[in-house]
Amino acid sequence: MIKFFLMVNKQGQTRLSKYYEHVDIHKRTLLETEVIKSCLSRSSEQCSFVEYKDFKLIYRQYAALFIVVGVNDTENEMAIYEFIHNFVEVLDDYFSRVSELDIMFNLDKVHIILDEMLLNGCIVETNRARILAPLLILDKMSES
Amino acid sequence: MVMSSLKLQDLIEEIRGAKTQAQEREVIQKECAHIRASFRDGDPLHRHRQLAKLLYVHMLGYPAHFGQMECLKLIASPRFIDKRVGYLGAMLLLDERQDAHLLITNSIKNDLSQGIQAVQGLALCTLSTMGSAEMCRDLATEVEKLLLERSPYLRKKAVLTAVHMIRKVPELSDTFLPVCAKLLHERHHGVLLGTITLITELCERSPAALKHFRKVVPQLVQILRTLVSTTGYSTEHSISGVSDPFLQVQILRLLRILGRNHEESSESMNDLLAQVATNTDTSRNAGSAVLFETVLTIVDIRSAAGLRVLAVNILGRFLLNSDKNIRYVALTSLLRLVQSDHSAVQRHRPTVVECLREPDASLSRRALELSLALVNSSNVRAMTQELQGFLETCPLDLRADCASGILLAAERFAPTKRWHIDTILRVLTMAGTHVRDDAVANLTQLIGGAQELHAYSVRRLYSALAQDISQQPLVQVAAWCIGEYGDLLLEGSCEETEPLQVEEEEVLALLERVLQSHVSLPATRGYALTALMKLSTRLRGDNNRIRQVVSIYGSCLDVELQQRAVEYNTLFRKYDHMRAAILEKMPLVERGGPQADEEVKESQEGTRLLEPAPVPTEPQASKLLDLLDLLDGPSEDSQQPPPVDSSPEGTLIHLLDLPCAPLTPAPIPNLKVFEREGLQLNLSFVRPPGTPTLLVITVTATNASEGDVTHFICQAAVPKSFQLQLQAPSGDTVPAQGGLPVTQVLRILNPNKAPLRLKLRLTYNHYGQSVQEVFEVNNLPVETWQ
Repeated sequence: MIKFFLMVNKQGQTRLSKYYEHVDIHKRTLLETEVIKSCLSRSSEQCSFVEYKDFKLIYRQYAALFIVVGVNDTENEMAIYEFIHNFVEVLDDYFSRVSELDIMFNLDKVHIILDEMLLNGCIVETNRARILAPLLILDKMSES
Repeated sequence: MVMSSLKLQDLIEEIRGAKTQAQEREVIQKECAHIRASFRDGDPLHRHRQLAKLLYVHMLGYPAHFGQMECLKLIASPRFIDKRVGYLGAMLLLDERQDAHLLITNSIKNDLSQGIQAVQGLALCTLSTMGSAEMCRDLATEVEKLLLERSPYLRKKAVLTAVHMIRKVPELSDTFLPVCAKLLHERHHGVLLGTITLITELCERSPAALKHFRKVVPQLVQILRTLVSTTGYSTEHSISGVSDPFLQVQILRLLRILGRNHEESSESMNDLLAQVATNTDTSRNAGSAVLFETVLTIVDIRSAAGLRVLAVNILGRFLLNSDKNIRYVALTSLLRLVQSDHSAVQRHRPTVVECLREPDASLSRRALELSLALVNSSNVRAMTQELQGFLETCPLDLRADCASGILLAAERFAPTKRWHIDTILRVLTMAGTHVRDDAVANLTQLIGGAQELHAYSVRRLYSALAQDISQQPLVQVAAWCIGEYGDLLLEGSCEETEPLQVEEEEVLALLERVLQSHVSLPATRGYALTALMKLSTRLRGDNNRIRQVVSIYGSCLDVELQQRAVEYNTLFRKYDHMRAAILEKMPLVERGGPQADEEVKESQEGTRLLEPAPVPTEPQASKLLDLLDLLDGPSEDSQQPPPVDSSPEGTLIHLLDLPCAPLTPAPIPNLKVFEREGLQLNLSFVRPPGTPTLLVITVTATNASEGDVTHFICQAAVPKSFQLQLQAPSGDTVPAQGGLPVTQVLRILNPNKAPLRLKLRLTYNHYGQSVQEVFEVNNLPVETWQ
């Protein structure tokens, strides 16, 4: 089960955070800084899976943004690794060549997309068209 | 003064513009004040904007709990845009511990039955993220209804909400169980994915569900087969050539749970697993993910032997892959396999050892665990070499594990004692501070037991110590060895090491250095002081230097050292004649005994405190030592058994006085209890002053007759409240005409101070006849039990 999903940039600023298991608010910032520290200290030749306390972290770097997913022991790390890439591809599709600023200024839309893909820590939908369908309808409604 | 509230974009811009943390906090505080004001009396149309800003601020880590009620209001509003932000806020800000969360239940209920998919979806999403047990119970029926809706969009969400509900309220599993079978027939991947997750959750929770779902194994196999084969190939869900790897992985995981420990299901899966394993394209990550899951499944179920070999080979191939991620998962799975398929994994040992040299910490940790699991008696030398090489370069957090792993492996598979000692020495030199506490005790035990290696070990340890006195365990062992076997060190040559000419002065100087160094722990200094003391008997030169050191430490601030120094000082001054006996070589201690430190003390104290009763046999000595164990230890004062006379000079002197002083203030008269044909039995009583409940009886059998008494056995019985200990007699023959009497010691503990009653039974042969006598001892003097 996925415990949390984070997008943090290299300076340690959180761009997106979603917790599927309750964590106290001051513990969250601590968690995020520690997580980003352990990811930053790794070079590109090292593998993307890190052990942190009692979960496993799977991270992937896209330009200056790190996407980090914390899972418990039962998950298949490589599938989650693939999922992160899937997520980024969906964002890319929606925002046409997504960048960090897009995510910052459209945080609610990114949340909607993430909610379509992950529900309660489990993967629910991975097909790009189906994920974006409700969002596109919403956009059309708010335009009109 | 009302400042115009910022739009979310502007707020973000401002926060970005803040140069320092303090500035950012200022901006945010201003904005929060604004938000609070607008919540109180603001325009309901723009409320969602305020909440959106609040959520952004919350993400940055600032408190936002005052927004909770707003979320509720927004959820209740009919506009979608309000609901959207409201539900998002609920997911982020509310959780079980807040009191407000129950208030949403009603809104969610309404929304769930509303009929607008988007709204229902929102409600389901929120429910599944933060629904508490009560909420789940209330809303279970609604969710169940939604499971049967036509729209797959809702169904996939409803299924996962059901998963969450089951996690919170396990009793609901019964409601959701029947639906699963129907849902499995879906073609929609999203729903299928959710259903598989639901079934997995159900099976994990109850064995009854597990049995129920074993029936669907063929169906699952069918689904997976269509996914994998080219005819079922659909471009919709394919990722880099693999059709819906996420669904494949989930199905494989479920198959694993269903097939565990179940022959039949495992059998039906065998072909499929082989097919997946061979057909999946692993050039991209998606394929590798599926393959990895397949391997895990093969390992866990009761698969055919050929399939397991296939799995190990796939993992071996993974190990050689250049992608680090793949190597990592391969190492993890091999670790799981090593228990059951040890020989198969052994084949890949060289590759595993290669991975030890990886710069990546996660990989090297896995490689370390796996290497330690692969050590066996045939490869122990090579592996230990590799592991020691690793120990030198590994990161600090792995050092402790590596060191203890090497020591454990050495213990189990050491080919020779000398190799074992060498290995431990090397580990102590390299990573001394990281070894476990009992390593010192183990090593001293080992050296003590290997008599032929005493000279060798003491030399090696001496050279190691001369180079470096900072590794505490090493220093402790070295000090102990030098103390014990100092004479061997100075003797001259030893074939196994290079000739080392060591002068007495050098040895003493080294030990003094250890004593004075500030890196030495108090325990280490204790070892060094004791070693110095022992050397006073082993070395041939005079002891002035040692005496000086010992007297200096008599006023040391550390109490433990001070006590030792004072005792040793006294040993030099008053009891010089006993020094050699006390400081003799130690006998081999049983494994698992107390620290070597305390053993030394005990053996010294033990020799001082032995009662002058005949031949203290094993139980008595260990009892004494046990007593001392409890009373010994770092506390220095009093508590030393038994102080005879209260002398003003301190308790230590009492101890040393003991063997010479009379044992009892008033001796109890002897008692003659039996006489027959020249054989006489006498009892003598001793009540040691320190233990008022103990009575020591010595039975003496004398023979004044013409014939020998043979096969003499004396047995005793006491009332239940007493404890009797019969010790071995000095012999079983009493020679004729006043020959050497047979003595036997009885120890009786009388905790209740009850009147003593004693029954004796004698059996012996005299004049060719076997005699048996049973009698009670009358007129026991009162002093024996009062």
